[in-house]
Amino acid sequence: MNAWSDRGHAAYWAFLVHRISGLALALFLPLHFVALAQALHGEVALEGFLRWTKAPLVEASEVALVFLLAAHLTGGLRLLFVEFVGWRSETQKALIATAGGAAVFCALAFALNLVQN
Amino acid sequence: MSTLEVKVWRGGADGRFQTFPVPRRDAQTVLDVVTYIQRRLDPTLAYRFACRVGMCGSCAMTVNGQPRWTCRTHVTDVARKDTLEIAPLANLPIVRDLVTDMREFFDKWARARAQFQPTKTRRDDFARIEPASPARRAIDVAIECIGCGVCYAACDVVAWNRDYLGPAALNRAWTLANDTRDGAHRERLAAVAGDAGCHACHTHQSCTERCPKHLTPTASIAGLKRMTALAVLRGEL
Amino acid sequence: MSAWAETRLWLAQRASAAVLALCVAVHLATMIFAVRGGLSAADLLGRTRGSVGWAAFYSVFVIAVAIHAPIGLRTVAAEWLGWRGRVADGACALIGIALLVLGARAVAAVML
Repeated sequence: MNAWSDRGHAAYWAFLVHRISGLALALFLPLHFVALAQALHGEVALEGFLRWTKAPLVEASEVALVFLLAAHLTGGLRLLFVEFVGWRSETQKALIATAGGAAVFCALAFALNLVQN
Repeated sequence: MSTLEVKVWRGGADGRFQTFPVPRRDAQTVLDVVTYIQRRLDPTLAYRFACRVGMCGSCAMTVNGQPRWTCRTHVTDVARKDTLEIAPLANLPIVRDLVTDMREFFDKWARARAQFQPTKTRRDDFARIEPASPARRAIDVAIECIGCGVCYAACDVVAWNRDYLGPAALNRAWTLANDTRDGAHRERLAAVAGDAGCHACHTHQSCTERCPKHLTPTASIAGLKRMTALAVLRGEL
Repeated sequence: MSAWAETRLWLAQRASAAVLALCVAVHLATMIFAVRGGLSAADLLGRTRGSVGWAAFYSVFVIAVAIHAPIGLRTVAAEWLGWRGRVADGACALIGIALLVLGARAVAAVML
């Protein structure tokens, strides 16, 4: 049966972004911790690793990760607001749009600083 | 007038779609279409309806993938190039064709303690409720639910979590949780807490999007989250 | 798990979310500024080495994540993989411990 055509509304996309970003971040985090722990072997080891991250594909992934982190943050703030502060029907879509916009802004700010070398 | 090509679900969970040609009429509703098929083309088609005028919620079905009241759904609003797909409500066992078994839906109302528990007798004075109080306003906004099951059918968490009480039961529990006349406050909060209760809601808002009475179960469930959190912090839950 | 325990798990997730909101905001701002002119180990360690402030900050960050992530993963596993029960709960708890250990190691690496 047609199970997917009922999912077109904004709050549903917001949920999907939030869940998928959470999953992606949970998978990324151990790698992040291991990478930072390179410093245990001295500054040179960490520097060697950081040099690898300057590859374009890695930098693009970093921008994506920043977006996912910012999106998970803004989406989470929206949820905390809806759950603990209150509900106003008129502002629901505005909240989602604001959360999405703020996340894109963060990712773009990061990308801009990244390429401005 | 053109002819509609209508796919209708036949049989149980292992059934299939059967296609019927139905002449289009002015101001035709999806319920009109189903009625035409049963009366003129195939009398073995099983479906539910009662009032036909958008008051009882009995005619709820899945139309082109969305749960709706078929008596209030105009064919012109949903037909795609003269085609329609009609199926029973999702998330409920199928009895036959377009009829679902609503028992689990109402059992969950009972499990959520979504029933009024009186505390007074006829010998007591009337209860005094201030209509403009925040609690009564919260109830008024959510009280008009007629148990049609559309929100339950729209909810993904119901599909992913068999124990989840669902938007309708939780919405009704919320109205009672705000009712100062009710005597089962503590038991109700315990009933609606946890993974089967309000804490499983992920604010998809499909229920709020689809409710034909424009209720906001998402808001009610958020209210229950606040209430249960406060109860935990106070040591009451 | 009982409704009693599940409610507290939900509260712990929301409480850690509130803490993470602050931590992530600071972390995002730091990243966006730090990456200007290229990120080098010298820059990074120059900022964090021997700093009690950053040590405290990242320690709180790691603890909050170690609480927040496993609870979220538990829900996703239950809803999308149908994985429920003691074993699933145990696995998520182990993930929390792993994040705590790896995170503490990372904090120590850049602080000391």
